[in-house]
Amino acid sequence: MLEINHVRARYNMLTSFVNAIDDVNFKVENDEIFGIAGESGCGKSTLLKVMYDLLDYPLEVSDGSVRLYKGNSDTEYVETGELKKYWWKEISYVPQGAMHVMNPVTKVETQFFDTMSRGYHEKMSRNQLREKISSYMKELELSPDVLKAYPHQLSGGMRQRVLIALATFLNPSVILADEPTTALDVVVQKDILTMLMSVQKRTKNSMVIVSHDMGVHYQVTNRMGIMYAGQMIEIGPTDEIFDNPKHPYTQMLIGALPKVGDNSQKEGIPGTPPNLKDPLAGCRFAERCKYATDECCRIQPAMVQVGEHHCAACLLLGQNTGRSKHGN
Amino acid sequence: METNTLKISNLSRVFRIGGMIMGSKIKAVDDVSIQMPPDKAWIMSIVGESGSGKTTLARMILGLLDISSGDIVIDGKNIAYHMKHKKEFYRLVQPIFQNPFTAFSMKRTVESYLFETALNLDMARNKEEAKVLIAETLDRVGLSYDQVKNKYPNQFSGGELQRISIARALITKPKIIVADEPVAMIDASLRMNIVNIFKNLKEEYGVSFVYITHDLSTAYYVSDYIATMYKGSMVEFGKAKEILEHPGHPYTELLLDSIPKIGAKWTAKDRLYMGDAEDKVISDTGCKFARRCPYAKDECFQNAPVMIGLEGEHRSLCIRYTGYKVG
Amino acid sequence: MKYWNFRLRLGLSILFFFLIIGFIFPLFHSGNVTEWNSYPSDLLPSSEHFLGTNSIGQDIFWLLCSSIRNSFLIGLFVAILATMIGVLLGLNAGLKGGAVDRVVMLIADTFIVIPSLPILILLGSLTKGSASLFLVGGVLVVFNWPWPARQVRSMCLTLRERDYISTARFSGESTFGILVKEIFPFVKDWSLGNFINTILVAIASESSLAVIGMSSNSNATLGTMIYWANQHQAMLAEKWLWIGAPVVSICLIFIGLFLFMTGQQQYSALRRGK
Repeated sequence: MLEINHVRARYNMLTSFVNAIDDVNFKVENDEIFGIAGESGCGKSTLLKVMYDLLDYPLEVSDGSVRLYKGNSDTEYVETGELKKYWWKEISYVPQGAMHVMNPVTKVETQFFDTMSRGYHEKMSRNQLREKISSYMKELELSPDVLKAYPHQLSGGMRQRVLIALATFLNPSVILADEPTTALDVVVQKDILTMLMSVQKRTKNSMVIVSHDMGVHYQVTNRMGIMYAGQMIEIGPTDEIFDNPKHPYTQMLIGALPKVGDNSQKEGIPGTPPNLKDPLAGCRFAERCKYATDECCRIQPAMVQVGEHHCAACLLLGQNTGRSKHGN
Repeated sequence: METNTLKISNLSRVFRIGGMIMGSKIKAVDDVSIQMPPDKAWIMSIVGESGSGKTTLARMILGLLDISSGDIVIDGKNIAYHMKHKKEFYRLVQPIFQNPFTAFSMKRTVESYLFETALNLDMARNKEEAKVLIAETLDRVGLSYDQVKNKYPNQFSGGELQRISIARALITKPKIIVADEPVAMIDASLRMNIVNIFKNLKEEYGVSFVYITHDLSTAYYVSDYIATMYKGSMVEFGKAKEILEHPGHPYTELLLDSIPKIGAKWTAKDRLYMGDAEDKVISDTGCKFARRCPYAKDECFQNAPVMIGLEGEHRSLCIRYTGYKVG
Repeated sequence: MKYWNFRLRLGLSILFFFLIIGFIFPLFHSGNVTEWNSYPSDLLPSSEHFLGTNSIGQDIFWLLCSSIRNSFLIGLFVAILATMIGVLLGLNAGLKGGAVDRVVMLIADTFIVIPSLPILILLGSLTKGSASLFLVGGVLVVFNWPWPARQVRSMCLTLRERDYISTARFSGESTFGILVKEIFPFVKDWSLGNFINTILVAIASESSLAVIGMSSNSNATLGTMIYWANQHQAMLAEKWLWIGAPVVSICLIFIGLFLFMTGQQQYSALRRGK
């Protein structure tokens, strides 16, 4: 289980700060696939880095923390700052454009060995390790021949599959994937996503998938969170969010999805997200929202329960009195 | 009699790779024929995965790449004629590229491109006239001249810059705009904005579009016609609605099945890995798709398929419809 | 001015210093500096002869000034011509491609492969050290144009595939227009660095030749000054000023040019925001 507790993160630009994440609070349970959706620049990639504890300068956490609970425990955890020891073993990360990060001058299997040598408790010989990796590749329906190839000999889709194999090999309890199928063709995308789903089904671990494509979330995730301008504005079970989106931004996102066979006029979302450098008063979506009132521009909405496991941050939902600028 | 705006006949493009002596040949585009109806504006999507040849095809239509064999006829004149009369050609056909940030030089203001197009291609006689034309064109894509004045490409978002690309292409009032993956670098939620502009321009101003993409959702939403490419061959062509309701080629079925649709959910068991489009073709004979085809029979591996006409303009490169008979 | 980093400032200061010595100071001196026995030999530094005189009766200080001027002139002459020819041929080869490209590159590669020093020594021995500076400069140009040509051509090869070139074409831009407006702005930043480097190479080549007597011995350059000093065993005779002045000058000029070149690169990087 992964707990994200009122996290605030920012980029330290020396003369100013860019507040990339503002008071994000949610949990990723065991045995589920959690999706994070939103436009470019909303902070979802940054959030994933914070969850993985990949805090390279200038990224820093200014408030709150992320807790990784060990195994199935409810009480034993490690917090932001200590997660690095558990990379690849308890928690792993597939970054955006991962297919381009493989070392071009070493064979694929060497890259496996490099990573695994840090992760395995037992000492084993190269050949034993190779055996284990080959059988794992076969489980994922990938040909073990791939191990003997150099990255440039494999297609983009194949490299992405290899990286997922790498990330899942040591059976971590949390897997984070940032836009795993962007820039890949639709057939490869379905294959990779169903591969992820089958891994999750077998291991019953937690997966977090970041994507700007709502269609991907619909197919793959159990629960999802929608991000906008650094805040999470709606969280809930995927089916419920698609059936009954509560936040105006979510409604527009779903409305912008072309449905194959439905040729009715679809509207894109007008305007652009706000600049995160300037201090923002009130609801960040107000200037693009067709329901916005004066109050919306002054008060920042707090998360409000709209269903059993479903909440959204909008002043127009029930008795929402908002929250102060400094969080509640 | 109206001449076809676009007619492609048996178009092929061969690349040599490797050295001059020991190299080999790749047929990036293999015997493609498309004839668009002359009477009104259309949006034709060319869909396919990486390596299907769709970008090569687009570049040949734009005259950016030479033809190996076959011909392209635009507005009644073939491509060889157009290459000798480039000014006229640029007034007829304009491009939109995939990455709006590389489509403009970072060292120039975007308006310099707009003015250049207007003045060089004789759409305006002087700067004042050009400014009026530019403001009008920007308005059609939802921008104003003031938003664009004195700004460099990196001061815009991807979506805005792509709209400026469209405006620049529109200045010459072209008959055809060739858009090569115009929304690939834009968020899924913002793609509709751009694609709706295409629809609008077709309906109100009679501009036809060749829309190259691998985003099938927008392709099916906006097109009148769809051409599916696989490894250089065009495997299916027809009206979008027809293809959607009665896909004529197993590859089209595979593509339709792979789109993450709202309504029917995938399960982990849905994974049926039969190889990628990018895997190398092993044999030269037979259908290129046979290895991945759930309906393939021995005849498919032995004989090259031929284009079979289905209903009306609907065509498919698959021998399933002749009962697997060839010849 | 805020991007004027330390290197740039130091490099330019050194060069400025030497430029003044080389171009302004000689204006105050009349007479032929290279003429032997103009003055009594081996005088120590004094108010009349700031660095003294050497064994062949020349005033070291004014000789140094003229030598610096001539070395700079050679450097500039070679750099300007070689860069101009190189960039022009490179741009043409890169943009046009095809036969033009192959022919230009064949010639360029030939000159790159042939080592210039033996050829220059050959030339020097044929003319027996009395070649004019123009001839030496000319040969140096011939051997130095291929480098900028090749590099500019490579830049062109990548740049011409960029989409914005296609956009420019579809905006009705002519090939020459594209060269000037789209490609040259990228090439010029790099060209300046290369230009300065060629000055350095030219001065170095000429000095190396001069030291072995293969340059124009009758003219005053930093190299020939060292040559004549060696001919008269200046080091053995402990005539430090005579041999030391040109050597130190060359070293400092090289350092100055190098700092200027790297400083300029840093300057343009800072301006781009890196």
